[in-house]
Amino acid sequence: MGRSLISIQDFSKEEILHVLEVAKEFEKNRSQKILEGKVVGSLFFEPSTRTRLSFETAVNRLGARVIGFSDATNTSVSKGETLKDTIKMVSNYVDLIVMRHPLEGSSRYASEVASVPVVNAGDGANQHPSQTLLDLYTVMQTQGRLDGLTINMVGDLKYGRTTHSLLQAMSHFNPTFIFTAPDELKMPQEYKTFLDGKGIPYKETGSLEEHLNDCDILYMTRVQQERFNDPMEYEKVKDVYRLTASMLGGVKPNMKILHPLPRVNEIDQDVDDTPYAYYFKQAENGLYVRMAIISYLLGYR
Amino acid sequence: METNDKHLIVSALENGTVLDHIPADQVYKALDILDLKGVDHQITIGINLKSKQFGRKGIIKIADRFFADEDLNKLALIAPKATVNIIRNFKVVEKKKLEMPATVEGIARCMNPKCITNHQPVKTRFTTIDNGDSISLLCHYCEKITDTKGIF
Repeated sequence: MGRSLISIQDFSKEEILHVLEVAKEFEKNRSQKILEGKVVGSLFFEPSTRTRLSFETAVNRLGARVIGFSDATNTSVSKGETLKDTIKMVSNYVDLIVMRHPLEGSSRYASEVASVPVVNAGDGANQHPSQTLLDLYTVMQTQGRLDGLTINMVGDLKYGRTTHSLLQAMSHFNPTFIFTAPDELKMPQEYKTFLDGKGIPYKETGSLEEHLNDCDILYMTRVQQERFNDPMEYEKVKDVYRLTASMLGGVKPNMKILHPLPRVNEIDQDVDDTPYAYYFKQAENGLYVRMAIISYLLGYR
Repeated sequence: METNDKHLIVSALENGTVLDHIPADQVYKALDILDLKGVDHQITIGINLKSKQFGRKGIIKIADRFFADEDLNKLALIAPKATVNIIRNFKVVEKKKLEMPATVEGIARCMNPKCITNHQPVKTRFTTIDNGDSISLLCHYCEKITDTKGIF
């Protein structure tokens, strides 16, 4: 059984840096057919257009082929097949599985029953490590380093898995964190305990304006309706922050705004034209990082 | 006569295992964890017995049955201060304290309703986290933390 990537914690600091280096190569030359003859299974048990297209493009640009589905409704899953059986079956056909599933822990479980490496492309609100690695790649690209940066995370810090994983990954690099969130969506205690244990400083605020000018990375997130069990709770907080170009007058010159996308109202369109907007380039970086992850796990980089 | 009454509450065991100092409200869970429901052994259960240490405690005596340490240690989740007495020929031949296992498999349920283990036939697996006065469980699958209160 090959190595899988399920949680960002599965990769050591060295492995993270290695994958980022490899991604840099792929950014310079984005068609390298090093996986010719391989087949990758792309199993999307819930739809996610952006992530799926990015992974499938990565596979194609590496010269491998893709089989799979983009929605579980037309598969044997709807007949009641267990995840174990689906994974066992697909394992027989492919060299690597990319998988997205609405249940948390599903990818870890799949990696234990699969005979090939599994890449977690999102398991519910839990982990989405390729997103984390592309975030790190983008931070590195915009700041020239990962070490000693101040990262301001904004929005849904309670349910937002991207912020949790980024926090875990950045903890290797002496960061300072600012957590900007309304009371209902504050960073969970377990992550703060994790930071306390590592001696990493953080501040919490409810005001978006308060820490715009002292951060290197402004990591904006969407309040995701699908993560809320209670629609009333969602209504209360959905439009709590709205970043506009006029708020960016005093920011650090190197400051960049990242967002895992899709955005709704939290970043005004007028921010797109400022030199601080970097979220579209960030999404593009996903391609290079996913090429790097797949070729690393298959032992080609 | 009067002074001896309290010693008669729980009858003596010839051979077997006595689990003492179990929190009074955890006795049934302890039976579950050790898979003792439906076994043929003679089992004496005491609940709400007076204890100097705990106020009220539970005790389980299982005749002619001895357990592997590995199984007994699972009890540490619900009864970290329990003691185990091994009885042979009416005498305590060994006393053991429980050790918190680093991982537990198949005995607790994850509290996260969206965890795969609550939807598919997956055996649960947790890393134990000792908070000093309580134990939490980190789910190997969904990576969420479950409190040991009310998980069974």
